[in-house]
Amino acid sequence: MAEKKIMLGNEAIARGAYEAGVKVSAAYPGTPSTEISENIVKYKEIYAEWSPNEKVAMEVAIGASVSGVRAMASMKHVGVNVASDPLYTASYTGVNGGLVLVAADDPGLYSSQNEQDTRCVARAAQVPVLEPSDSQEAKDFMKFAFEISEKYDTPVILRTTTRLSHSQGTVVLEEREEVPDKVYERNIGKYVMMPAMAKNRHVYVEKRMEAMAEDGCGFPVNRAEYKDSSIGFITSGIPYQYVKEVFPDASVLKLGMVHPLPRKLIEEFASKVERLYIFEELEPVIEEQVKSWGIQAEGKEIFTRQGEYSANMLRRALLEESAEAEAPAKVPARPPILCPGCPHRSVFSVLNKLKIHAAGDIGCYTLGAVAPLSVIDTTICMGASISSLHGMEKARGKEFVKDWVAVIGDSTFMHTGVNSLMNMVYNQGTGTVMIVDNSTTGMTGHQDHAATGKTLKGDVVPAISIYKFCKAIGIEHVVEVNAFDLKELEKVIREETARDEVSVIITKSPCVLLKGNVFPDKCVPLPEKCKKCGACLRPGCPALTKKEDGTVAIDETMCNGCGLCMQLCPFGAIEKQPR
Amino acid sequence: MTTKSIMIVGVGGQGTLLTSRILGGITSAAGYDVKLSEVHGMAQRGGSVVTFVRYGDQVREPIVEEGQADLLIAFERLEALRYAHFLKKDGVLIINDWRIDPITVVTGAAEYPENIIEELRRKHKVFTVNAMEEALKLGNAKAFNVIVLGMAARHMDFTKEDWLKIIEQTVPPKTAEINRQAFLAGYGDC
Repeated sequence: MAEKKIMLGNEAIARGAYEAGVKVSAAYPGTPSTEISENIVKYKEIYAEWSPNEKVAMEVAIGASVSGVRAMASMKHVGVNVASDPLYTASYTGVNGGLVLVAADDPGLYSSQNEQDTRCVARAAQVPVLEPSDSQEAKDFMKFAFEISEKYDTPVILRTTTRLSHSQGTVVLEEREEVPDKVYERNIGKYVMMPAMAKNRHVYVEKRMEAMAEDGCGFPVNRAEYKDSSIGFITSGIPYQYVKEVFPDASVLKLGMVHPLPRKLIEEFASKVERLYIFEELEPVIEEQVKSWGIQAEGKEIFTRQGEYSANMLRRALLEESAEAEAPAKVPARPPILCPGCPHRSVFSVLNKLKIHAAGDIGCYTLGAVAPLSVIDTTICMGASISSLHGMEKARGKEFVKDWVAVIGDSTFMHTGVNSLMNMVYNQGTGTVMIVDNSTTGMTGHQDHAATGKTLKGDVVPAISIYKFCKAIGIEHVVEVNAFDLKELEKVIREETARDEVSVIITKSPCVLLKGNVFPDKCVPLPEKCKKCGACLRPGCPALTKKEDGTVAIDETMCNGCGLCMQLCPFGAIEKQPR
Repeated sequence: MTTKSIMIVGVGGQGTLLTSRILGGITSAAGYDVKLSEVHGMAQRGGSVVTFVRYGDQVREPIVEEGQADLLIAFERLEALRYAHFLKKDGVLIINDWRIDPITVVTGAAEYPENIIEELRRKHKVFTVNAMEEALKLGNAKAFNVIVLGMAARHMDFTKEDWLKIIEQTVPPKTAEINRQAFLAGYGDC
């Protein structure tokens, strides 16, 4: 009997890549895509890397494809924006070995800064999109993606969403297919996209997409399930499961390829059902095309463009009922927070004390925007802290940014922060950049990067020195400081923000969740010395609570022993004790 | 069999993922179709987290919705209260009698509700355990979630032996013995 395994959607995508004979995989971590690479690395047949950003990852995959092997890149939806430059033109060049981009969308914004829909990018780039609806399909569609990539000479996007990527389901495993390397032949008409060649390739792209729309009517991933003809749904991905849950007897056209759309198949389906609904999360990508063909259907008039769908949402919308449930209790919110012992809390406590504004970036430290730390003023995208601070200065003058810093993590700095810092030097900014270096990509679950000295495969390599990099591009004032040394931090921040030239403060202390990173002691309150001033509570460490008598308790199971509270106590009422 | 729905709720970092993997393992080994849905990324940083487990002959929807859960396993009191309305009328609620203040309470913006368990008992079948205390008795605070799982196992249709086997297969070998003891502590000797 074939081996069955329960697999996370992302694990199944990795397995599909393995079975499809993929040889090269490149990625930058980002929720909900990260576990794809973390599972691919288990297959020794695949070269896998963390690239510094998604554009680089995409280009690595393109190069591998041109050379003749099956290759892939994976990233979250906003990463596709970074990779879109190579993607749009790879659509023109097409492939040699199969090329797949796995793009992970995040309807419901579980861990993202926006809710964009990758299918819109794919339409603009004229690249086909497959969309699985469970772990088994995630694996199967990866293999199909490589097949059609080579058959139609096109990169293919496999679109997943948070719910699919982070749900587990049963998967039947198959053997890896060893795909022979394709011959590499110089072909500048196909691989050198200067105007004369690109004009010709654009013609090809149009023909390709027409052919795929036609052939797509017969692709097994596009499936009409005819049942009750009074109600029909066109749907794809996870929303398909909600339709089957609520309307097991309805007719359903399940689209496995959501771009280009199989027009004839859709027209035939529409003609056979009385009332047609289009049930797709986020943007009305299918709906607008279907309606443009003169087909009557209902979609976003009823179903929202925002957030994640569910079966209850469908019940409420179409059946005007939902499962019997009581009203939710009114309870205090529990938003995510920095961990006990997090070095970012220490840095932010100083910025907060000095009343300094921060242009923020993407990472755990974004949590410094909210109370009680309240330091971060802006968060846009990877790398934007440094460049947006520079923009403020150029708009309002250098005095305006005297009480500002840019705050960016080490991984985000390596991603795109480097470009922004070069710009600040080149265009004579005077801002202060704080690189909060915790030696890892923290938020996504601790991935290595070019400045950690370790690769995705676990090889130890020379770590790129952020300090030397800053020096090398001509910044004179680059200061490294222990993230938990409050006095030194305060002194350095005062000095560097006062300067009339670019300066960089690198605060150093590894992420407290990194394996092997344990403070030797624990923090213990001494109630007899406590004056109930609350200074230790101010940075909002979750291990500390105020007791009824006003003194402070420290939860031993949560405290990581960083000593921030101890430093903040003016009365010596917290001390470190060995664990 | 009609699809059964279980939820595991707690605070990011409490180890809800391990518990859901054990549940996935045992339901799958019994031959059921099973789907689990988890939360990764930002919410794991001390936020409210929820994991869904559904199993049966054929499972469609990977999430559990309001009014659908047969069993709700809460690793913390406030989280039990937050998600109690996901329970079916006759659903069972297992609560780890433990308090972790959310940042909104720490900063004084909100108050931690009093008498949560008494409130919940009025509407639901509630079983409680102070698993943290029990785990410390076993010598490892981290084993508390398997104690809670042991208590929940009493309300599911798998044998003690099945559970112990799956736990041994799921947890790191180093922690197999402590987790075995933890499960039995929650399950009760018999």
